[in-house]
This record gives sequence, C-alpha cells and structure tokens, in this order.
Amino acid sequence: MNLNYTPEQEAFRQEVRQFLQENLPDDIRERVQKRLRPNKALTERWQKILHDQGWGAPNWPVEHGGTGWDAVKQLIFEEECALAGAPRQLDFGLRMVAPVIMTFGNEEQKKRFLPGILSGEDWWCQGYSEPGAGSDLASLRTSAVRDGDHYVVNGQKTWTTLGQHADWIFCLVRTSNEGKNQEGISFLLINMDDPGISVRPIIMLDGEHEINEVYFDNVRVPVENLVGKENQGWTYAKFLLGHERTGLANVAQWKGMMKRLKQAAREERDGDRPLIENPRFRDRLAQLDMELQALDLTVLRVLTDEKGPGPSASILKIRGTELGQNLFELLMEATGQDAMAHIPEALEPEYDGPRTGTENATIAAGEYFNMRKLTIFGGSNEIQRGIIAKLVLGL
Amino acid sequence: MDFNLTEEQKMLQDSLRRFVDNEYSFDKRTQIIASGQGVDKPTWNALAEMGLLGFTFPEENDGLGGDAIDTMLVMECFGRGLVVEPYLATVVLAGGLIRDAGSEGQKAEILPAIASGEKLMALAHHEPGARYNLSRVATEARKSGDGYTLNGRKTAVIHGAQADQLIVSARTSGNTGDTQGLSLFLVDANAPGLTRHDFATHDGNRTADLVLENVTVPADALVGREDQAYEAIEKAIDLGTAAICAEAVGAMEALHKATLEYSQERKQFGVPIGKFQVLQHRMADMFMFAEQARTMAILAADQADSDDREQRRRAVSSAKALIGQYARDLGQAAVQIHGGMGVTDEMFCSHLFKRLTLINLQFGNSDHHLAQVSDLLLAESA
Repeated sequence: MNLNYTPEQEAFRQEVRQFLQENLPDDIRERVQKRLRPNKALTERWQKILHDQGWGAPNWPVEHGGTGWDAVKQLIFEEECALAGAPRQLDFGLRMVAPVIMTFGNEEQKKRFLPGILSGEDWWCQGYSEPGAGSDLASLRTSAVRDGDHYVVNGQKTWTTLGQHADWIFCLVRTSNEGKNQEGISFLLINMDDPGISVRPIIMLDGEHEINEVYFDNVRVPVENLVGKENQGWTYAKFLLGHERTGLANVAQWKGMMKRLKQAAREERDGDRPLIENPRFRDRLAQLDMELQALDLTVLRVLTDEKGPGPSASILKIRGTELGQNLFELLMEATGQDAMAHIPEALEPEYDGPRTGTENATIAAGEYFNMRKLTIFGGSNEIQRGIIAKLVLGL
Repeated sequence: MDFNLTEEQKMLQDSLRRFVDNEYSFDKRTQIIASGQGVDKPTWNALAEMGLLGFTFPEENDGLGGDAIDTMLVMECFGRGLVVEPYLATVVLAGGLIRDAGSEGQKAEILPAIASGEKLMALAHHEPGARYNLSRVATEARKSGDGYTLNGRKTAVIHGAQADQLIVSARTSGNTGDTQGLSLFLVDANAPGLTRHDFATHDGNRTADLVLENVTVPADALVGREDQAYEAIEKAIDLGTAAICAEAVGAMEALHKATLEYSQERKQFGVPIGKFQVLQHRMADMFMFAEQARTMAILAADQADSDDREQRRRAVSSAKALIGQYARDLGQAAVQIHGGMGVTDEMFCSHLFKRLTLINLQFGNSDHHLAQVSDLLLAESA
C-alpha cells in the first residue's frame, strides 16, 4: 500500500503541466476558467493542439493513435487539464462511440471513423433516449427497416447533447420486435447531413441551448454503418454505459471546480470580511473538500485494484454526480443574491455591459440549474442504485 | 499509487479473520462483557502468540516493525467481530506513545511486556469538561523530592481500570489550555492516591474515570521531555483515531452484510423485504458509505504515522469526520431495515450499531473534525 504517486507519475504530471503552460491559449483558458458559454471552435482548436502533441486520445490504445496511458496517467492528465483551465475533450466521440467501434466494429469502420474523432474534425452525438424511452431505454421505438443495402430509419431521439453541432450520431434503433425489448436493438452510425434528419433545439432551464430533439423521417443509412451484429446493439450499449459510468465520477472536473469555489470564497464578501471567514459557509466548503478527497481516492483505489475494477466502480457515478451538484449549489450560495440576475449576454467573453456582483455570480445560478442534469443522464441515480442492488448486493 | 496489500499483510488479515470468526463468537463476547473484568485473558494470550501485540513495535523491542497500515488491518478485523479486548488502549495508544516518545530504557522494559501479553496499559489524558480539546489539561504534576506529585481528574480512560500501568498527562507548567507545559508520567495501577471508577460502555467496552490525589512518581516515570508532551499526545490520539476509523470500517461492512442477509430472509407481503425498491436503494447507499469509509480509513492509516502535523491533521480529521457521518447513516439504516429486531439486544446488528455510534463520539465527533478541516481551509486562504 502506498498512497503516493510514483516518481514516474510525478514526472508525467510535470510534463503535462509544462505542456499546458506552453500550449494552452490564454483566450481558451480564460473562457473555460470563467465557465462562460461553451464554444465549438474553441473545443476544436484545443483538440487539434492535443492531437498535434500526440495526446488527442488519452484513453485509446496506441494502435489506434491513442496515448496508451494507463488509467492513473489518464486521471493525472485530466486533472492537470481541469486545473489549468483547458476545455474538456468531447466524450461522445473519444470515450463513448470510439471504444464501441474499437471493440465491436470491423476494420473498415475503424479506419473510417476513428481518425476523424482523434483529430476533432468529426463531432459525434448520442442517439439513445426517446420521448417514451428514458430510464427504460430498451423500450425505444425508433425503427430501422432493411431495404436492400440500406436501413430506413424512422423515429425520434431526444436529449441529444450538442446535436446541433454534430456531424454524426450513434443510434440505438429497433431492428426487430421479436422477443424481449432488449433483443431487437441495433447500433447504427448515422450521418447528420443525411436527408430526412431534422434537429430541433430544447432550451434548458438555464436558458441555454445544449440539448436537442432529432427527428428521422425515412433516413436511408447504408448497411455498412451497422456496428457489430444486427439485434446485438443492447450488448454494445451496456458496454458503453459501463465506460460512461467510470468516467462520470468526474473527479478532475470537480477538482477544477473546487479550486474555483475556494477562490470564490476569498473573492465574495460577507460584510467587511471575505466569505471564507464565515464559519458556516466554510464548514460546508470543508465538507465538500473532504468528500472530493474520498471520491478521488476511491476512484484510484478502484482503478489500481489488482483484481480489476470491482463492484465499487458502480458507486462512482452516483457519488460523483451528487458531489458535482453540491459544488455548484455552494458556488451559487456563495454569491448570494447577486446570483439572481440572469444576464445571458455576459456568458460571452467580449461582454462589457453591466452585471450584478462578481463574475462568479454571473454563472452561478445558471450552472446550478444546468447541473441538475447530472443525476438524471447516463442512467439516473435511481437506476444506478437499482443496478447496485441487483448486481452487487444480489437483491 | 497502490492500494493493494502485500502478501504478508494478506496473511495477517486472513489469520486474524479466521481467529475472530472462529474463536470470538457473539456468545463468547457476551460472556466476556458480563464478566467482572470485561476482557478475556486467554484471548489476549492468543493474540500475543500470534505476534499481534508487538506487531507495530521496533524489532529490537520484540516487535515486528509494523506500521499504521498493519494496525488498520487488525482493527478492521476487530470491528467485524466487535472484539472488546484492550488492544486500542494497550497497544495503539500506550504502546504507541512509549514507542514514539519513550526513553530507550522505557521501550526496553515496557514494549516486550506488552508484546508478550503480560502487561495491560492505558492512556489517561482527557479531563472532565475538556470535550475534544487536547490541551485542556488541569491535572498538575509538581516536582517533589526526586520525583513528581500528581493531582487531578481524568475521564473516559479506555480500559483504564483493566490496565496494570497508566500513562497520565499532567501540567508541569503554564495554564489549562496551553499546549506548552504538558508532560506524561507512568503511574502504576496500584499507586497510593489513585482511585479508578470502572464503567461499562454501551458498546461492551470499558472506560474509567480517575482521581489522582497526591500520587507520587519517581523522576524516571517521565515519558518524553518535560513540558513538551503535547505533540506526542496529539500523535498518539491520531494513531488511535485512525485505528478506530478502521474498526468502524470492519463494523460497517459486517452490519451491511447482516442487513443484506436479514432482508433476504425476512418476508412480508409474501416476499423477502429485500425485494422492495425503497429498501434496495437504502442498502445501495449503505454500500456506498462503507466503500468510501474504507477509502478514508486507508488514508488515515497512511498518514497517521506521519510527522508532518498539518498533513496528518487533514487526513485523520477528514477520515474521522466522514466516517462518523457514514457510520451514523449506515447504522441507522441497518436498524431501520431490521425493523423490530433491530432494536433488540439479541441481534448482532444492534451491537454493531452501538459500537459505530460510540466510535463517532470517541476522539472527536464529526463536527469536531469537520471544524479542524475547516480551520485548515481558512489558514490556507490567508
């Protein structure tokens, strides 16, 4: 047992830190650290910088152009990126569809799709949920009917994050109505430019456009875009959700957020004193700081377990999302009544108009509202508890 | 970063688990608690034979040179079986103090006697009204002749009445509340002027309150340097805190397991109550509490040996604060899910719950340790 990073890991951390100092552009850093509105061009620029360094895909094996880093190195990388104010790389391509293509796709698909994900040229979104299929995902009804060399897709997907920017969507579609719901599902890759696809924005409670509805009206998808075998899509979907769950602990992001929160506790005023001197506020901050450390070390314990990640992995999504929500809630409370004003224009870096309170206050309530999504997506936390009860506790 | 145990540690854990499971049954424990002494000499001798009592002492003092991680493994097993033997008092607290602060002569005399099982010891530090404040010591030690004369009161001395010898903190200078001016003294249990009131605790352990009236000790009874004992006391209590954090993890896992089993046996409305979603989610939460408690107990053990006071403070206090919260939530859920059975004396469940509850009260509750971490945040921001 040794809770210190190895000298090699520490050296790697220094290497990443130095790279970030030298290569992370100031405008990107500022935008990310202030948590202003996300911007596609900026994320693309950053992905290209990482790609040029050979770090485009921290979670991929070397054979596909990834870094081949082990789990701890990936965590160190993510942590340094978050603390330095680098944008988050997009999960949909790198961490979600790519592992599925690598594991279940054919050689042709690997050659065709992976390079675009790595370079950041291709944006992906996820076509899972439907209006009638949320937590009960297997009840999805979007259909794909074989017609010669194509599938004809009809139906509707929803909650499609960044669908407005995406070039591709990976979809769960129904290819059979025989047997149990899970048995007739296939995993299909669909080009968002295909005729018959329309995207409609869903405005979230923070007033922002992040998610969408995607409609499919007789969209013709070539059969070579089917990943793996027809009607086996549920297996691949579960595999993907497994990947998502470990990542959803989000420790690196929350460390970046904790840094911001501690800074806010010094910047925000409580009468004549900085807010950090208010013991009731400070105790809440201390509580979250401890919980973050517990989560951080639990992630490392799970990832370095010589027996492989065991059942403990299943708690990470739940704990990580609850902690994340609490961090944003405390930032909002830190800014007090200053958080009440909703100034959407102030989410752009060039804004120089009036605002109430600090730049913390500008984003605080919106972020709090937005982050309620954390315990809902990726399998709601109630679904996760059900999974623990069934698969871990054997109930 | 490596959380895995060494082969030797796994062997230690295996043999101790077997011992607790096979040789320390619930019935036997109940008899030990009901006995006059509240501890079991044959069990203590068996632990000595297994090499456990000197495990964390230096090799030159009949020990095996183990560290706080080894203590963690031992205490976790004791938590699983709710062992009420005076290991915390004798080995972790008193033994740890002698090892870390004692003279070569004291180490050579005392540590082998602890390791062999012949000597029980206790640390008498806390005083009435001091709550968790370690510097509030009013007990006085005055120089008299070649030695010292001690006067004062001590409270919540773990296994104080079972000990053959006590380590007593007392003020040799300064005022109540000063960290400067504290000293430690070895006091024999039968010293004239020492009165011990033995109490059974709710969790089957024993604590004593002490009254010291003109208790005289020789000059060589002083442990460590005169007036400079505060840091040694703080470290000993931190080692003890890390130890009961590990004990809590063992008890939490045992309680979670007992609850799972009960929920699969107990039927209502024609089905095992474990089929009810509302209980399943509660048991999933219990699992999360236990897992995170384990992580924090490892952190506490990893840092409990450290002489970096701030780093140790942060780790041990974070662990104790969170484990106190997790243990409370897990324990209350366990009793609730056991229903009527959960509030009876006959179930192991209720005894685990009581130990977990008292662990939170011992060496600083969650609020106390949260405040420590909170104060560190303030210092950091300055």
